[in-house]
Amino acid sequence: MYNEFKTIIDRIKQGKLWRFRGGVHPDGRKSLSNTHEIADIAIPNRLYLPLKQHIGVEGVVSVAVGDHVLKGQKLTKSSNPFFVPVHAPTSGKIVGIEKHVSAHPSGIPEQTIIIEPDKKDTWAELKPLKNYDAFPKIKVLETICQAGIAGMGGAGFPTHLKASPKKGVEFLIINGVECEPYITADDRLMREHANQIRQGIDILAYLLSPQHIVIAIEDNKPEAVQALTEACSDSADISVCEIPTRYPAGGEKQLIQVLTNREVPHNGLPIDVGVIMQNVGTCFAIADAVLAGIPLIRRVVTITGEAIDRAGNAWVLLGTPISHLMSQAEYHAKRQSQQRMIMGGPMMGYTVASADVPVIKTTNCILVPTDKEMPPMGEEQPCIRCSACADACPAHLLPQQLYWHGKAKEYDKAQEYNLFDCIECGACAFVCPSEIPLVHYYRQAKADIRIQQEEADKAEKARERFEARKARLKREQEEREEKHRKAAEARRQAMDKTDSDAKDKIAAALARVKAKQSGSQEEAPKTANKPNDKVAAAIARAKAKKQAASESEANVSNTQNGGESNQPPSTNDKVAAAIARAKAKKAQRAEQENTSIDTNTSDEPQTSNTASDTQTEKQDRIAQAIARAKAKKAAKQQFERAENKSSSGSSTEGQGAEASMPVIKDEVPQPTDTAPLSESEARKQRVAAAIAKAKAKKAKAKEKQALKQADNLKQEPDSPAVSIENDINQQPSAESAPADPETIKKQKVAAAVARAKARKAAKDAEKLNEQNTKDS
Amino acid sequence: MTLLIALIAVAILALIFGLILGYASIKFKVEGDPLVEQLDHVLPQTQCGQCGYPGCRPYAEAIANGDEINKCPPGGEATIKKIADIMGVEPKPLDAAHGQEDIKKVAFIREDECIGCTKCIQACPVDAILGAAKQMHTIIKDECTGCDLCVEPCPVDCIDMVPVETTSKTWKWQLDAIPVKQVETQ
Repeated sequence: MYNEFKTIIDRIKQGKLWRFRGGVHPDGRKSLSNTHEIADIAIPNRLYLPLKQHIGVEGVVSVAVGDHVLKGQKLTKSSNPFFVPVHAPTSGKIVGIEKHVSAHPSGIPEQTIIIEPDKKDTWAELKPLKNYDAFPKIKVLETICQAGIAGMGGAGFPTHLKASPKKGVEFLIINGVECEPYITADDRLMREHANQIRQGIDILAYLLSPQHIVIAIEDNKPEAVQALTEACSDSADISVCEIPTRYPAGGEKQLIQVLTNREVPHNGLPIDVGVIMQNVGTCFAIADAVLAGIPLIRRVVTITGEAIDRAGNAWVLLGTPISHLMSQAEYHAKRQSQQRMIMGGPMMGYTVASADVPVIKTTNCILVPTDKEMPPMGEEQPCIRCSACADACPAHLLPQQLYWHGKAKEYDKAQEYNLFDCIECGACAFVCPSEIPLVHYYRQAKADIRIQQEEADKAEKARERFEARKARLKREQEEREEKHRKAAEARRQAMDKTDSDAKDKIAAALARVKAKQSGSQEEAPKTANKPNDKVAAAIARAKAKKQAASESEANVSNTQNGGESNQPPSTNDKVAAAIARAKAKKAQRAEQENTSIDTNTSDEPQTSNTASDTQTEKQDRIAQAIARAKAKKAAKQQFERAENKSSSGSSTEGQGAEASMPVIKDEVPQPTDTAPLSESEARKQRVAAAIAKAKAKKAKAKEKQALKQADNLKQEPDSPAVSIENDINQQPSAESAPADPETIKKQKVAAAVARAKARKAAKDAEKLNEQNTKDS
Repeated sequence: MTLLIALIAVAILALIFGLILGYASIKFKVEGDPLVEQLDHVLPQTQCGQCGYPGCRPYAEAIANGDEINKCPPGGEATIKKIADIMGVEPKPLDAAHGQEDIKKVAFIREDECIGCTKCIQACPVDAILGAAKQMHTIIKDECTGCDLCVEPCPVDCIDMVPVETTSKTWKWQLDAIPVKQVETQ
């Protein structure tokens, strides 16, 4: 049942409150410590400040060992919203930042700043926010956060988070219930500092704008109720409520139920029912922080129990080791069978691991009981299913079921029984006749479940990372394969290309060689005079020079064009020219060697030096036709000579055909000159044929060289190539270079025909020779 | 005629039920293999390979196909129990051939000895090692599953498996436990 605001206000005004289920009535024992004023305690020789004293995250230490710090100086920093800083409680020197036994049931050492006080208690500069209502709320919250304030009731939740809710606040409940036995810190604080608590409440009211403020105090603290009623008498929005004494009335959920009859939902927060709850100690600290600028460096601690003589409350600097408090309160170790100091109350507190454990922000009580006062836990007896625990449970749980499942580690079932709604108040263990430490089982079960959950989360993360890694490796593998595949493809393509290129080249080379062979064979019978040869050689040289010149021109044009790609071809041109020159020289040498015999060698260089250029089909055909004509003519001449030893007049035919070929034209009349030497002629022809064959072979080799150049030329830009072509085309017996496949084919055919004819001519010549020998 | 009516009636009924079944098979279709998923979920995901499979999921698949359930030392008895529950078989003790159940450990690189060979990085199944060639490597403690796989490849043996420290957050409230003290052997 959800009560409306008005109903609740009415009931509060009338003092007719609700009640929570369960609860116990332990002996309060509050009079041990609540009769004296809050005392001041001498500054200890060492202060141990754990980095984390609240629920949240710890910060980064902003000081170093050896630094001198002032009272109220901030020692840690962080930008995490769950962080609150730790301050130096007094001035002194930092003598260590190391692990020190922690204020935790486990006593596991935690990072701690150790300060050696200089006992001068010099304050750092404080920055109070006196007229806080002139500042935006965020500024006030910032001040509270930077003052290091965390809930001082026991849990230690950062106050600045609690004071900035996202929903509207109906009730701000100030918790001064202090239901746990022995503890009187809040009681004394309320009695002595009611006005400052009121100031803190005003600051919270400014931050939260609640519709109503309720100060809840148990009815066993009438002085505190009176003091606060007086302090708050001027405000109609604040009611001071006396609530019946019953443990755990001070529990957040229980107190909300008592005051409003609203139940905080499972996994919910008080704000879900429109309530914010703050401890009176927190209110006091807020007032200190905002109005005086004093950070949270001290708190009221109840030091009580029958093992000490001077029980009471004291202002204790955070970080003060319990041993110091004990020496101040006159602790008698002999009253305990073994040292037993409980931090917190008898219901929810824990025995500290060592007397060196420091007081932290959430420490409200140090209880040092005698063995008689609080006998050590007896031996655990079997559960008798009396259900006393279930009757006492304020959280509507079934403690024995939780116990069974927790003990059997059946955590799923324990969670089905809402284990996490247990507030660990200890009421069940208090009533248990079998002395079963029930809360201990729940804590173990909770810790186990949390760790299992964490491990499951971690396993899930590990699984994700493993999968991500697998995916990454697979992707990398695929990428690598793809790269290799592409590279292989590129290689294959390149190879195919070079293959076809090579085939083309070979075919072209063969064609050229054949054409040349046929040409040389045809031209072989031609006889030439030495001077003519020389002339021919000179012409070849001139041509070569000219070519070289045109190449240099081409080079110039290339450089003018600025095309980088033009460079290699130009060098190729040069090479071609050089080759041509070399051939010309060689031809000359060959001439000199063969001075006695008339040879046609001068034709060779000309034919070969044109290897690298392209020629038109027509010119080829003309050349071949000429060659054919010459071969015919030679044969005819021989035949005629053989018959009547007269020179033939057919040279004119050849002349006609050779009109366009200056070099050959020059040579053409030569047969007529040499015609009378019929006997020697036949021999000469044979020798010439042999030489021609050798030349053809040589030419073939050269052709291969020329081939490469020709290929380069093919790729050459048009303009220089054309100019060179033109030059070369003017050369009389210029041979074709592979321009295009068709030309090559035609050349091949022509060459084949020429070859056949040449062979025939050679045969004829042989016959003639035979006839000659017979005749002679 | 009667026979015909009966036949028609039965045929119509068959059609109706067929439609219902067809609809149900689409509506309530089970995605994937839930058994493997469940098994994979209870395995500790250390990816250590101590079971003889290259990771937790392959082992989950193997269990689903009838392999032994007691081959996971990092999971220990708790995992075996969970697998037994899922598979509907009796829990077995951990197969010692695959290793002993050990306390949780994480790898730690002694950084001044690390030569930056990246071998451990390649071995880590969850990419929990940070570093580059010829640079010092370090282990991201929170991501480390304690699988041990990086220790073997290290050429300078600078990787230790250190037990995870208990903090006040991971402490299990074992107040009655006798604190364990390491006794130095002579």
